[in-house]
Amino acid sequence: MKLVEGMQRVQRPLRVAALAAVLSVVAHPAAIEGSQPQPPKEFVPVDDIPQGEQIPAINMVAAAYGFVWVAVLGYVWSIARRLKHVEGELSELESRRK
Amino acid sequence: MRKLTTPFIGLSAGMLFVAPWIINAAPYESTMGLVQKVFYFHFPAAILFLASAIICGIASLRFLFFKKPTADAWAVASAELGLLFGAMTLVTGPLWARKAWGVWWVWDPRLTMSLVLFLIFAAYAILRKYGGPGSDKLAAGMALFGMLNVPFIYVSVNIWRTLHPMTSVVPTLPTEFGIPLWFCFAAFTMLFVALLNLRATLALHEARVEALYLDEDEA
Repeated sequence: MKLVEGMQRVQRPLRVAALAAVLSVVAHPAAIEGSQPQPPKEFVPVDDIPQGEQIPAINMVAAAYGFVWVAVLGYVWSIARRLKHVEGELSELESRRK
Repeated sequence: MRKLTTPFIGLSAGMLFVAPWIINAAPYESTMGLVQKVFYFHFPAAILFLASAIICGIASLRFLFFKKPTADAWAVASAELGLLFGAMTLVTGPLWARKAWGVWWVWDPRLTMSLVLFLIFAAYAILRKYGGPGSDKLAAGMALFGMLNVPFIYVSVNIWRTLHPMTSVVPTLPTEFGIPLWFCFAAFTMLFVALLNLRATLALHEARVEALYLDEDEA
């Protein structure tokens, strides 16, 4: 038991020292400079956008066709609902007149 | 005409359901590749957007000069369809442009005037809904400005060279591109005719309901 307590007493300062060493390296301006991308000093032209930055055409085609389908179905539903409502109102008004 | 509405909607729905397979079978365009397939829905929507403005303008003229309620109903119907097909054009176009041109939008004459036409339709719809008495004549006047925009939108790409393809593209299309295009165009046109008829019927019924309520109030 005493042996375990003794080891823990020794390990704590060691952990603190290790953490301090890591922080001093990470927080050092040189270390920060090395880990961050450098700002561009000049613009270099290329003919094509890098592959990873290109938008896949299939997304655009699917979005375009999807929008058209949703718009058409939404409008057909809306017009059918309005027509049903106004036809009901019209038949009620005409029956009231008779 | 009402009898034709249901078969027209059914047939156009069937054709639009089959359209993706026909479009998929069409070859890729050499410079734009896959994204050019947006064209098969974009072009019919754009033509019907312009057709809506012409129908709305002619119907509004008839309403202004001859006071025909049916003409007003056709104007209201075509203005609403102008909003629907305009939205399709203005959404599918930028999706195509982003891939083909690298930008969503450019302020070239065709795109700008198409947006203006869409805004005229939006103003027309707002005016008819919230304008109160007399708004029908004011809206009809606005529809005339919308119609005057159409030839300008159509020829603008030939006058000012921009990124947008010229009007010579469609008449010179190879057959492999032409078949899916005219198939989709026929489907969209049938849908347009059916919806126009339904919306005009709705506008006439609404006018009749309003007249009956007025009669009741006077009695």
